[in-house]
Amino acid sequence: MSRPAQTEKFQNPVVQWIDERLPIFTMLIKEYGVFPMPKNANYLWSFGGISLTMLIIMTVTGVVLAMSYVPHTEMAFDSVERIMRDVNYGWLLRYVHMNGASFFFIAVYIHIMRGLYFGSYKKPRELLWIVGVVIFLLMMATAFMGYALPWSQMSGWGVTVITSLFAKFPLVGDGIVTWLWGGFSVDNPTLNRFFALHFLMPFVILGVVFIHVWALHVTGSNNPAGVEPKSEKDTLPFHPYFTSKDGFALVAFLTVFLATVFFAPLALTEYDHFKAYDSMVTPPHIVPEWYFLPFYAILKSFVYDFTVTLSLLAMAGLLAAFPAAYVYFKKDVQKRNLAFKGVGALLGLLVLVTLLALVTANLEEPSLAAYLKVVIVPAALQGVLAMFGSILLLMVLPWLDTSPVKSARYRPVYKKCLLLLLISFIVLGYAGAQLPEGWPVIAGQVATIYYFAHFLVIVPYLSRKEKTLPVPNSIHEDPRCASKGK
Amino acid sequence: MDSTKKHQADGETRRDFLYLTAGAMGAVAAGTAVWPLVDSMNPAADTLALASTEVNVGSVEAGQTITVVWRGKPVFVHRRSAAEISEVRAEAWQELRDPQSDQSRVKSGHDEWLVLLGVCTHLGCIPMGSKVTDVKGDYNGWFCPCHGSHYDKSGRIRKGPAPTNLAVPPYEFISDTLIRIG
Ligand code: HEM
Ligand code: FES
Repeated sequence: MSRPAQTEKFQNPVVQWIDERLPIFTMLIKEYGVFPMPKNANYLWSFGGISLTMLIIMTVTGVVLAMSYVPHTEMAFDSVERIMRDVNYGWLLRYVHMNGASFFFIAVYIHIMRGLYFGSYKKPRELLWIVGVVIFLLMMATAFMGYALPWSQMSGWGVTVITSLFAKFPLVGDGIVTWLWGGFSVDNPTLNRFFALHFLMPFVILGVVFIHVWALHVTGSNNPAGVEPKSEKDTLPFHPYFTSKDGFALVAFLTVFLATVFFAPLALTEYDHFKAYDSMVTPPHIVPEWYFLPFYAILKSFVYDFTVTLSLLAMAGLLAAFPAAYVYFKKDVQKRNLAFKGVGALLGLLVLVTLLALVTANLEEPSLAAYLKVVIVPAALQGVLAMFGSILLLMVLPWLDTSPVKSARYRPVYKKCLLLLLISFIVLGYAGAQLPEGWPVIAGQVATIYYFAHFLVIVPYLSRKEKTLPVPNSIHEDPRCASKGK
Repeated sequence: MDSTKKHQADGETRRDFLYLTAGAMGAVAAGTAVWPLVDSMNPAADTLALASTEVNVGSVEAGQTITVVWRGKPVFVHRRSAAEISEVRAEAWQELRDPQSDQSRVKSGHDEWLVLLGVCTHLGCIPMGSKVTDVKGDYNGWFCPCHGSHYDKSGRIRKGPAPTNLAVPPYEFISDTLIRIG
């Protein structure tokens, strides 16, 4: 940040004295007082501030909880029970912290959907968006480690299932898992490090949020019309117009949050979270917290191993792609060569991994049939890659969606596809909570296909072909902008 | 001076070289400093010391399974009847997902003992089936409740998401009734 020279004059001599030496009040006025907000910003723009408030609530309650919590496998569960029963207001602290994680995710999911709908990830806000996805990833890691701390059945087994994902990576997998655990099973070293990291990470998040807000104050906020403010007629000062609007939204949100804390504190949790961890008994149905379910469902949707047989079929398909590309790009030699190179590279990669799998296969009775069945990429590894990929896809979204129109208001087809994405996400969340049998698996698979197709096929296609509606010239000329400029 | 000029004409200077070597040294130093931090998270010496467990299986009867703890994880020791062994060996194993014969999963001469790591190869839950009252799955062996993997009486994966058979931990028979795992 370039040094904001002191520009304001303050009545209060103490404030004036400080500001001359450290222009913090000048900065606050510049960034949160007169800061120009697009005047058409609606309540969806309040969820950034709400998220930040939740982060602060989590940090404050977390630090106090940590004073009564004991990170040892023999004592962790009991120490949390002691917090619930004996520590003054311990029940309140824990229920606020426990439900706070859920409401933090609710706020952030709404915040992300807002960005997807109004194109807030597009130029010039790409980096702002990417930093946001980083915050989302850090939040998930933090919540995952926090959920381990009460050392309940769900804690221990949730950690086992999720850390075991890393074992799916070839060669290095087992080493990574042992390293993550600090042993050969989820045990005291694991709980200890999770506590250290769970304590640390929110402060890292706070730092990344600072960068996020810094980037925001360089580009300014996007708005429902998706056109950048052009003149003073398009904006209003942050204070008092948006401090009051955000304040109202915050109070409404916190009301729902506290109603949950006081009247339904266990509504969002599994009962197995209230039994102490037993490393010899797996609970009948392990489910992660609701905010992880869609990604968990993507993980579970992959059920077919990629075998040598499938690889040979894929190779045949790629070979057939050469003449097809030749015919398709008859006129454009450059594009044809590019297509050839792409297909060639894929083919080479397939041949390589297939050979690798065949050479390392350890067969009891080698035969052609046995070789054809050798697994190259097991279903579980596909699931792991897809799960991480589904979030990383968000990072490259600014380059997948090249449509110059930001707001979905003026993109009739994109708007419908986004609705389908939201539905798929909800279906995934539902499928994630079910036992992996029968039709929930199929529903999850269909939703997974849509999720990836949306970002990798539909969005790039629409950004080229969609007929968009006329975009208003400026915010104050937008007929939908409630308070038209004078 | 002359040689410096010549190098500058190539776009290379002594300074570039110094930057590169200093950078390389810095990278080595950083790596050396980080390694102890990373390695401190690996299993400590006392954790490694718990690497083997001895089990007396003298009192286990045919058809019974006992669960012992090895490195914090359960190991199933199952004693099979002759009928069970011939049943499981009658099946064509070549067609299974992770093709292994029953013979290759036990120690020859001790064919009645099946020793398995009780950790589902999918994502690490503990399969049910060791207790008489447990659900044993479609193949009457073990069933993992987490995502529904069915294992047969040799601990081989038959149905569900697990990619491979239940692992056989390293073990040896010290005597006919004493097994050392690890
Ligand atoms: C990004 C912010 C945070 C998130 C999303 C988060 C999430 C969670 C979650 C989901 C739990 C499990 C709650 C339960 O099931 O009982 C938890 C527990 C815990 N967290 Fe946090 N947390 C955050 C910040 C913090 C901070 C900053 C600290 C301490 C400095 C902290 C300390 C604790 C402690 C001691 C527990 C165990 C006690 C309990 O379960 O209530 N948390 N956290
Ligand atoms: S962990 Fe056993 S089926 Fe997933």
